[in-house]
Amino acid sequence: MWSLCFSGAMAVITTTGLARTFTSARGPVEAVRGIDLTVRRGEILGFLGPNGAGKTTTLRMLTTLLTPTGGSATVAGCDLVTDPAGVRRGSGYVAQSGGVDPSVSVREELITQGRLYRLTKAAAADRAAELAHDLGLTDLLEHRTAALSGGQRRRLDLALGLTHRPEVLFLDEPTTGLDPGSRAALWELVRRIRAEHGTTVFLTTHYLDEADALADRLVIVDQGVVVAEGTPDALKRAHAGSADASLQDAFLAITGRGTAPQDEAPLAV
Amino acid sequence: MSPSRPVPLSSALSGFLSDTALIFGRYARQTLRSRLQMLFGLLMPLLYLLFFGPLLTGLRLGPSGTSSWQSLVPGLLLQLGLFGAAFCGFGILIEKQYGVVERMRVTPVSRPALLLGRVLRDTAVLVLQSGLLVAAAVAMGLRAPLPGILIGFVFVAVLTVALASLSYALALKVSTPQEFAPVVNAVTLPSMLLSGLLLPMALGPVWLDALSHVMPLRYLVDAVRAAFAGDYTAPAMLHGVLAALALAAVSVVLCGRAFRKTAA
Ligand SMILES: Nc1ncnc2c1ncn2[C@@H]1O[C@H](COP(=O)(O)OP(=O)(O)O)[C@@H](O)[C@H]1O
Ligand SMILES: [Mg+2]
Repeated sequence: MWSLCFSGAMAVITTTGLARTFTSARGPVEAVRGIDLTVRRGEILGFLGPNGAGKTTTLRMLTTLLTPTGGSATVAGCDLVTDPAGVRRGSGYVAQSGGVDPSVSVREELITQGRLYRLTKAAAADRAAELAHDLGLTDLLEHRTAALSGGQRRRLDLALGLTHRPEVLFLDEPTTGLDPGSRAALWELVRRIRAEHGTTVFLTTHYLDEADALADRLVIVDQGVVVAEGTPDALKRAHAGSADASLQDAFLAITGRGTAPQDEAPLAV
Repeated sequence: MSPSRPVPLSSALSGFLSDTALIFGRYARQTLRSRLQMLFGLLMPLLYLLFFGPLLTGLRLGPSGTSSWQSLVPGLLLQLGLFGAAFCGFGILIEKQYGVVERMRVTPVSRPALLLGRVLRDTAVLVLQSGLLVAAAVAMGLRAPLPGILIGFVFVAVLTVALASLSYALALKVSTPQEFAPVVNAVTLPSMLLSGLLLPMALGPVWLDALSHVMPLRYLVDAVRAAFAGDYTAPAMLHGVLAALALAAVSVVLCGRAFRKTAA
């Protein structure tokens, strides 16, 4: 239980050849085909790619939900395969679909989450109040989660993922389906979480504007492999001519797609 | 799967127990919020009790000196358990779509507790419903010894543990209710008919009686009928106990395997 995993001073996540092949009725599906990456402490990493690129599959491996079929990885210093419990302690995960029951109240979800992380009843109640305060949910505590707006729901999802003060926070498509105002507010919130707690944030997105606005560094994936990485500015300079160019131009230059008419918008702007 | 570091047994056990209580509480509250659903589950056996039971009152279905109610009510109890437990997986299917299952699986919560807490809730609900059903049956004219009735509840509980586990295992494997429901229907209805839940199989032709002996549920219902007749030492009772335990053991093992597989 008391395993201590030491992440290096710099790298909080490392993956080497991380791969996952699904077996389906129509044969094997190579969703992720060998990903090598390093995420530095306190970094906001944007894992950017079109739908079906393998982003969610990568995240589900890094959060111990899915066993890799190849390669290895450490998260918060713990090995994915030999110490999944350590990985779970050191990281929080907010899935694209969130993870709350619509019939349950905000307070009950927050307290249950604390108890799932083995807090005592009193500690879980305190933590729930604290998270509600930090994420602007205090007035909503007695509401059923079904009654929340999209932005409020997302803040609750974040609160659940932050319950155990993880070193690393995984966010899968955090703003998909939100209105522009709520998206901007969520970006601000993610920046604040990083600034206040030094949390490393690994977020997937297929929105170029989100990657551009929020991420310190981007890893671009396509068809299960990393096709480019760097800061948004560096990628624009390298692949689209100048830092003023759009990331869309850079993406198209990198993947060589989007020119044929049947390739309808791989990414949303 | 290999726990890399030794965990003190006592702390693993207390974690498992408190996690089970936590999960049980969460789903028990969910049930209490939807009391209507609880009555809904009782509807089918109550309808049989009201509109089928009276047809049997003149018939001799069990040993002499017993009423037809002592044959019918045990069957209705196990029917309640059969249909109630077999559809339990529906709940987890819906939760999977909300992402609740994965949200819980990234926490340190004990994997078996995620399952056991749910199964215990289901068992409590079905035993409670059984109590209501027997109360209604007594109002209709059932007379049976109290120990026999309590034995009946125990059989309902073991059946629920077994079938709810299988139902959860299935629900973890499939991804939509459209894949789940046909399988459950294909199992429950033949089980009900071939186990003699409505009328004792001994009344039927030899081939049907023989066929019913491959159904584990047949031994359970015969045992509960013996219990309701006050015949606690009948061979049927021993066979029922063995069949119930075997069914529960196989189901829990299968379900544990399914849960470990998806729980990586
Ligand atoms: N459980 C699964 N079984 C079979 N194929 C899957 C499964 N999950 C994902 N895939 C396939 O893997 C590929 C990558 O999916 P995913 O990781 O969800 O992509 P993204 O999140 O980037 O949109 C897709 O082709 C998808 O259909
Ligand atoms: Mg995805």
